Amino acid sequence: MTAYKNFSVETDADGIALVTWDMPDRSMNVFTEEVMDELDRIIDQVVADAAVKGAVITSGKETFSGGADLTMLKRQLERFHAERAKDPEAATKMLFEGAGRMTWLWRKLETCGKPFVSAINGTCMGGAFELSLACHARVAADSDSVRMALPEVKVGIFPGAGGTQRVPRLTDQQQALQMLTSGQNLTPQKAKAMGLITEIAPPKKLVETAKALIKGGLSPVAPWDQKGFKLPGGPIYSVAGANLWPPAIAILRRETYGNYPAATAILKCVYEGLLVPFDTALRIEQRYFTEIMQSKEAAAMIRSLFVSLQELNKGARRPEGVPQTRFKKIGVLGAGFMGAGIAYVTAKAGIPVVLLDRDVESAEKGKAHSAGIMDGLIKKGRAKPEDKDKLLSLISPTASYVDLDGCDLVIEAVFEDSAVKKAATEQAEAVLKSSAVFASNTSTIPITALAKNSARPKNFIGIHFFSPVDKMMLAEIILGKKTGDKALARAIDYVRAIKKTPIVVNDTRGFYVNRCVLRYMSEAYKMLIEGVPAVMIENAAKAAGMPVGPLALTDETAIDLAQKIMKQTIRDLGEKAVDPKQMELIDTLVDKFDRKGRKNGKGFYDYPAKPAKKKLWPGLKDLFPQKKPEDVDFEELKQRLLAVIALEAARVMEEKIVTDPREADVGSILAFGFAPYTGGTLSYIDGIGAKKFVKLAKDLQKKYGAEFKAPKLLADMAEKGDSFYKRFDPYAKGEGKKAA
Amino acid sequence: MAEAYIYDAVRTPRGRGKKDGALHEVPAVRLAAKTLEAVRDRNGLDTSTVDDIIFGCVDPVGEAGAVIPRAAAFEAGYDDKAPGMQISRFCASGLDAVNFGAAKIAQGADDIVIAGGVESMSRVGMGAAGGAWFMDPSVGLPGWFVPQGISADLIATKYGFSRDDVDAYAVESQKRAAHAWEKGWFKNSVIPIKDQNGLVILDHDEHMRPTTDMQSLAALNPSFVMPGEMGGFDAVAVQKHPEIEEVNHVHHAGNSSGIVDGAAAVLLGSKKAGKAMGLKPRARIRAFANIGSEPVLMLTGPVDVTEKLLKRAKMKTSDIDLFELNEAFASVVLRYMQAFEIPHDKINVNGGAIAMGHPLGATGAMILGTVLDELERRDLNTALVTLCIGAGMGTATIIERV
Repeated sequence: MTAYKNFSVETDADGIALVTWDMPDRSMNVFTEEVMDELDRIIDQVVADAAVKGAVITSGKETFSGGADLTMLKRQLERFHAERAKDPEAATKMLFEGAGRMTWLWRKLETCGKPFVSAINGTCMGGAFELSLACHARVAADSDSVRMALPEVKVGIFPGAGGTQRVPRLTDQQQALQMLTSGQNLTPQKAKAMGLITEIAPPKKLVETAKALIKGGLSPVAPWDQKGFKLPGGPIYSVAGANLWPPAIAILRRETYGNYPAATAILKCVYEGLLVPFDTALRIEQRYFTEIMQSKEAAAMIRSLFVSLQELNKGARRPEGVPQTRFKKIGVLGAGFMGAGIAYVTAKAGIPVVLLDRDVESAEKGKAHSAGIMDGLIKKGRAKPEDKDKLLSLISPTASYVDLDGCDLVIEAVFEDSAVKKAATEQAEAVLKSSAVFASNTSTIPITALAKNSARPKNFIGIHFFSPVDKMMLAEIILGKKTGDKALARAIDYVRAIKKTPIVVNDTRGFYVNRCVLRYMSEAYKMLIEGVPAVMIENAAKAAGMPVGPLALTDETAIDLAQKIMKQTIRDLGEKAVDPKQMELIDTLVDKFDRKGRKNGKGFYDYPAKPAKKKLWPGLKDLFPQKKPEDVDFEELKQRLLAVIALEAARVMEEKIVTDPREADVGSILAFGFAPYTGGTLSYIDGIGAKKFVKLAKDLQKKYGAEFKAPKLLADMAEKGDSFYKRFDPYAKGEGKKAA
Repeated sequence: MAEAYIYDAVRTPRGRGKKDGALHEVPAVRLAAKTLEAVRDRNGLDTSTVDDIIFGCVDPVGEAGAVIPRAAAFEAGYDDKAPGMQISRFCASGLDAVNFGAAKIAQGADDIVIAGGVESMSRVGMGAAGGAWFMDPSVGLPGWFVPQGISADLIATKYGFSRDDVDAYAVESQKRAAHAWEKGWFKNSVIPIKDQNGLVILDHDEHMRPTTDMQSLAALNPSFVMPGEMGGFDAVAVQKHPEIEEVNHVHHAGNSSGIVDGAAAVLLGSKKAGKAMGLKPRARIRAFANIGSEPVLMLTGPVDVTEKLLKRAKMKTSDIDLFELNEAFASVVLRYMQAFEIPHDKINVNGGAIAMGHPLGATGAMILGTVLDELERRDLNTALVTLCIGAGMGTATIIERV
C-alpha cells in the first residue's frame, strides 16, 4: 500500500483498513493541507481496492485531533486581505474555495460507497469531529480523556465542514443549536445520548468495536442520503419547530447582544440547511462560512482568543536560556481569601503548598477554603472524593516561617499594609535559600517599593491574582526595577503550572488591569452624575459586550473599597487626582446610606433574598436630576465605556507598562471580560483604526472630559496609519520563534 | 376622482375560538359565504356587477387557503363574474381590505367591491401559516421578534400602566359590550349563523363575560412570564428599550382580546354605482393610511398611523367624534388614549375585542361596521378606526357620514 507521511494504513484479513493518523512532528494531530491531501488519497485507495470492504479511522496519539490549525487559518486570512486589496472578487472566490475544501472532502468520504467508522480514542475537536460525523458510524472510547466538541464559535467562527448540517440531522434541533452555539464539550455518554455517536467501547476494544460495525454490515449511505429520511424531532415548520425557533433566536440575542456574527450564522445555517437537500445545505454552510471568515470579529477573536492566548500560555514572554523550574514546594503567606485561593490552585496543579498565617487556626481556615471548593465540584460531579483528599494532602497549614524552608517560590498575600508586608518578606527570606523567588500578590503597592524590603531584589517580583482565584484565568506578573530574568522565568513557569495565562507588566500604580477597571467604573459614576438613568448605564455596558455592568462590578468589589482607593489616591497624588463629584457620590453611598455593595446587601443594587434577583436601588434616581431616556444617546454610552478603557490601555502601552499587544488584549478579556468580540482593548482600537479612533476620542473629550484625551502615541499612530500590532509587532524581534 | 362610499356592513356573531365554540362546526369558508349572502340579500345586489371581493385572512392555509373569498363566492352562489382576492396585514387585514377596495373605487378601476375578512381560529389555528418573521433567524433578529403579549407588557411597563389599570380597562370593556348587546345596538349588523334547515347555530357574541370584575381578574396569572423569562423575549425587549430594567407582566386572558371565529363584509361602491343599485350611502371613506412602527413595542402602530393620517387629512383629534381601536390588549388602548389625551367616553364606546373577541383577519371590517352603527345611533359624523398589527404596523381609516 501507498505510504503516507501522516497516516498509516493497514488492512486486516477481513478486508478492513485501519487508518491511523499520527503526525510525525507534532504532539497533536491537526489538519494541514498535507493531511487533507493524504486523506483524499486514502479515500481513493479504499474505494479502488476491491479487497477493502471499509475503513476505520483512528489516531496514533493520546488525543484524536485538535481540529484545524488556526494559525494556518490566521495566515489564510492575512493572504485573503492582501489579495482583496488587489482583486476583491478573486480573493472572495479563493476564500470560498478554501472554505469548501474540507466540506467536500468529508462529503466525498461520506458518499464514497464504502463504510467508514471513526474510532475516537481521545479529545476530538472541530474539524476532526466533523470528519467523524461524516463517517458512517462513530465509536468513542469510554474514558475521561475523551471529549468531543465543535468549539469554533468561541473564536468567532463556526463549524464549517458540515457540522451545522450533520449535528441537527443526528439529534433534535434544540440540542443541536445548544451544542453548536455554546461550543460545549461532550462526554462520550452525552454524545451517545444525543445520537451523535454510535457506540461507546472500552479503550482497549475501540478499534475492534469499530471494525465489528463494518463486519456487521454497516450501511455506507448516510441517513440523510436515504429515501424517506426524517429529521429527529420533526421538520422546522411544525408545532415543535414553532415552539423552538422563535425563542432560540431571542435567546441568541439575549446571550450575544447581536455582537457575535458567527453564533448568528450557526442559526442561519441550521434553519436554511434543514429546509433543503444535504448537498445544497452544505453549500449554504460554505457561503456563510466564507462570510464569517471575512468578519472583523473572526479575525480579532482568532488572533486574541486562540493564537495569542496559546502563545502566552506556552510562555511567549519567558526569557530564553533560564532553565525550567519544576516546583517542589511553594509557600503562600497569608491564608485570607486570596491566599487560600492561591493555595488551592497551586495544590490543584499537584504542587505541595505551605500555607502560612499568624496562627495555625487561621491557616487551617484557609485550607478549609479548598475543601469547600472541592465539595462543590464533587456535588456537581466534576471531581471525586479521592481528588479532594489528594489535593488537601498537598496543603500544609502552619504559623511557622521555618516550614518555608526548601520553597522554590513564596507568594505573599498578606494584608495590604507596607509594614505587614515588610515583616513577612524579612521573616520568609531569613529561612529561604538565596535562589528562591519571593512574589507579592499586592494590587495597590508598587513592586519596586516592596522590593526595598528584600535582601534579594533581583528575586523579588509581583504575581497579581484576580478574585476569585480559582475562576479567574489571568495572572499579572509585575516586574520591579531590579527584578531579574530568573525570577521572571520562574514566575511564568509557576503561572503556567497552575494553568493560568501570564502577562508581564512593568511596575506602576494599578498595574495594567486595575487601571483599566477603575476607568470603567469611574466613567459609570460620571454618567450617573450627568443624570443618565442607572439602568441605561448597566444595559449599555452589557450591550457593548461587557459581562458585568460597571455599577454591579463596583458592588462586587465593594463600594467602600472604591472609597478607600479614591482616598488613598488623593493622599498620594493630591486632591486633583480624583473628581470631587465622584468622591461625593461614593461618600454619599457609603457614609450617608451605608451602601457598601453586595457584601452588605446594599449597593448600587438591592440584593433581596434568593431566588429574587438584584434590582437597582430606586434611591439612585433621587441623587441626581434624571435625564429622559429619549435624551440619552445609548450608542454613545456604549462607546464611552469601551473607549475609556481602551484609551487607558493605549496609555499603558505608551508608558511601556505593557509592551506586547497580545498581553494587553488577552489580559483585558481574561481579567475583566473586555468585549471579547473586539479581540481586546488594543484590537478594539485597531479594529476601528487609529485615525478614526483618535477623532472619536477628541469628540468624547470635548463632551466628557480629559479621560478621553488620546495619548501622543495614538495621535502618532493615526498620522502614520499604524496599528498596535504593526507598531509593537510581537513577532518582530525573534519573539515569534519562541511563540511557535 | 370618484369617492368610495359604504352602503352596508354585516358581521357574523363571534364564536368562542375553541373546539367547544358554537362556530367550530362551521367551515371558515361558510362563515365568509354567510356574510356574502347577507350583503347580497339585504341589498338586492346583482352579483354579476361586483367588481371584486377582497377578504383579509391571517392564516389562509388548509381550509382557509386557496383564495377564500373566491371559494366563498361559489358557496354563496355568486355570479361567476365576481372575482375574489385574499390579503393579509395580520390583525388589520379586514380594514385594509376595505381601504384597498375604496382605493380601487376612488381610482375608477372598480364600481362595486365587497371587502371584509374571515378567520376560523378554532378550525385553522393562530400561526398555522407559519412564517419567516418569527422562524428565520435572518428575519427574527433584525426584526426583533417577540410575541405580542410581551409587546403589550412592554407597553404597560414603558408607559406606566399597572396591573390594576389594565384590569380596570378590561372590566369596562365587558360592561360596555354587555350593555350594547342588551340595548340591541349591534342588531343592525350582526347576522345570526343558521344551519341548512334554518336553525340558529349562533346569534350572539359567545366570548363575553359580563360578570367580570376586578376581583375575578386579579385571580388570573400573567400569561407571558414564562416566554419572557425562559424564551428570552424579555431580554429582547430590554435590549431594544434599555431604560427598562425588567418587563412588568400584566396581561392575561382576561385583559387581552379573545380568540374567536367570525367573518365580516362591507359593501363599497362609487356614488354612481350606488344610484344604479338604488342604495343610499351610509358613509364616505374620507382617508386612510398605513405605517410601520417599532417592532418590539409592536402594538403602538395605531399612535403612529393616527398621527400620519390626521396630518394627511388635515384634521385634529378633536375633529373625530368616535374612535374605534381594536382591543388586542388593554395596554394598547391605554397607550393610545394617553398619547392623544382621548377621553374614554370617545373610544370603543360599545366595548371591544377584550369582551367580544378578535377574529384576526375579520376584525377590521367588523369594528368599522360597529362604529358606523354607533355614529348613526348617536347622530354623529366622523369616526376613526384603527388596529395594531403584528410585526409593528398600523392601519387607520376615517369615515364620515353622508
